Amino acid sequence: MLENYLPILVFIMLGLGLGVGLELVGFILGKNKPDDAKNSPFECGFDAFEDSRSKFDVRFYLVAILFIIFDLEIAFLFPWAVVFNELGWFGVTTMAVFLALLVVGFIYEWKKGALEWE
Amino acid sequence: MLEWFNELMWILLKIGFILLPLILAVAYTTYAERKVIGYMQLRMGPNRVGPKGWLQPFADVIKLATKEIVLPSGANKPMFLLGPILFIGPSLAAWAVIPFDAELVLADINAGLIYLLAMTSIGVYGIIIAGWASNSKYAFLGAMRSASQVVSYEIAMGFTLVGVLMCANSMNLGDIITQQSGSVLDWFFIPLFPLLVIFWISGVAETNRAPFDLPEGESEIVAGFHVEYAGTAFALFFLAEYANMILVSCLTAIMFFGGWLSPFQGIPYLDAMTSWIPGTFWLLLKAAFFLFGLLWLRATFPRFRYDQIMRLGWKVFIPVTIVWIVVLAAWIKLQWWPFNG
Repeated sequence: MLENYLPILVFIMLGLGLGVGLELVGFILGKNKPDDAKNSPFECGFDAFEDSRSKFDVRFYLVAILFIIFDLEIAFLFPWAVVFNELGWFGVTTMAVFLALLVVGFIYEWKKGALEWE
Repeated sequence: MLEWFNELMWILLKIGFILLPLILAVAYTTYAERKVIGYMQLRMGPNRVGPKGWLQPFADVIKLATKEIVLPSGANKPMFLLGPILFIGPSLAAWAVIPFDAELVLADINAGLIYLLAMTSIGVYGIIIAGWASNSKYAFLGAMRSASQVVSYEIAMGFTLVGVLMCANSMNLGDIITQQSGSVLDWFFIPLFPLLVIFWISGVAETNRAPFDLPEGESEIVAGFHVEYAGTAFALFFLAEYANMILVSCLTAIMFFGGWLSPFQGIPYLDAMTSWIPGTFWLLLKAAFFLFGLLWLRATFPRFRYDQIMRLGWKVFIPVTIVWIVVLAAWIKLQWWPFNG
């Protein structure tokens, strides 16, 4: 059972290792002649006015929070969907109530304008 | 000890048999993309390196490998180098659970679909880390856009997969395919057609491809989160993006078009005549079809605006998938469902 996951572990290690390896190749084969202009952050031809770690739009943050809620919902739906055929009406109505609650939340955030980007 | 070593070598060999063709496929997808878009725009595409430009991908690799990796002075350097590694690792590792034929799968695990979703989600960390560590406004903005776009469409994609699971009753990708055996009419794209459309479009958005390539929108933010990257560090992002494109095409074939099942299954004479063709061929043929679709989209459609992307993901796809899941549940439970074995 768990030994089926060994190839996956090896594959992840190999994937990350490939990333490290290719960057090393780049450092070995590539040139290394840094200068001030080359190493400055990309702007339209002038020096950067300010640090780029400035304030950003709160809606990106809002999307991330909404994502967590909905992704959790999906994580609950997955096992339910797998055994769906064996489930009786009790299992179906339970999930229907759960989904209905989330839909109410979804309608609320829609009406509140959390999904608006102007 | 020796036994353990042998097993590890065996696994590495099998991974090599997935990884090498995959990297070659990535190389020639970039070539195909330039050729296809070239001909669609009445140009020749690359045709100088090798006969008809066939060696172009290798020239690109050599060029990228010998370019300097620029480390911007304002960047957080360890994180800057970590970003591409975190992006490529999961996008390659996701291939571990893809079944290429009836018994041809590296890791035959029962939670294959969850593993896939997990791997595609981890890639977002690579994007955010790369964009933040670059300490450049364009990179930061691109990373923010990319991350929120990917997570938004991940929800729609997850809901479509719930529909697939309700029909397949298993999270193992091999089982999902065998559930579709019988004939073309048993493939899931017929009962789940709306979900197929949403899965496919979400897949395009997840891989940040045109017309959803806002994170890289050259006209506004130059190249998005990887604007500061050069040389092989950039090549890693490139490799991962194309590996993801091929992955999404393969997944569409597996979830909705019977994966390695022959399209002639169940047709008396044709089935026997074509039974010598290995299933891998059918899977790759179907995947190639969707991959071509991705290139075609890029040649045809103009880019979306960001608010349009978010509206499509949140206000169209999520409600439609939720409704379709409810409809599906009612159909199966009330026994109106002709597709359920």
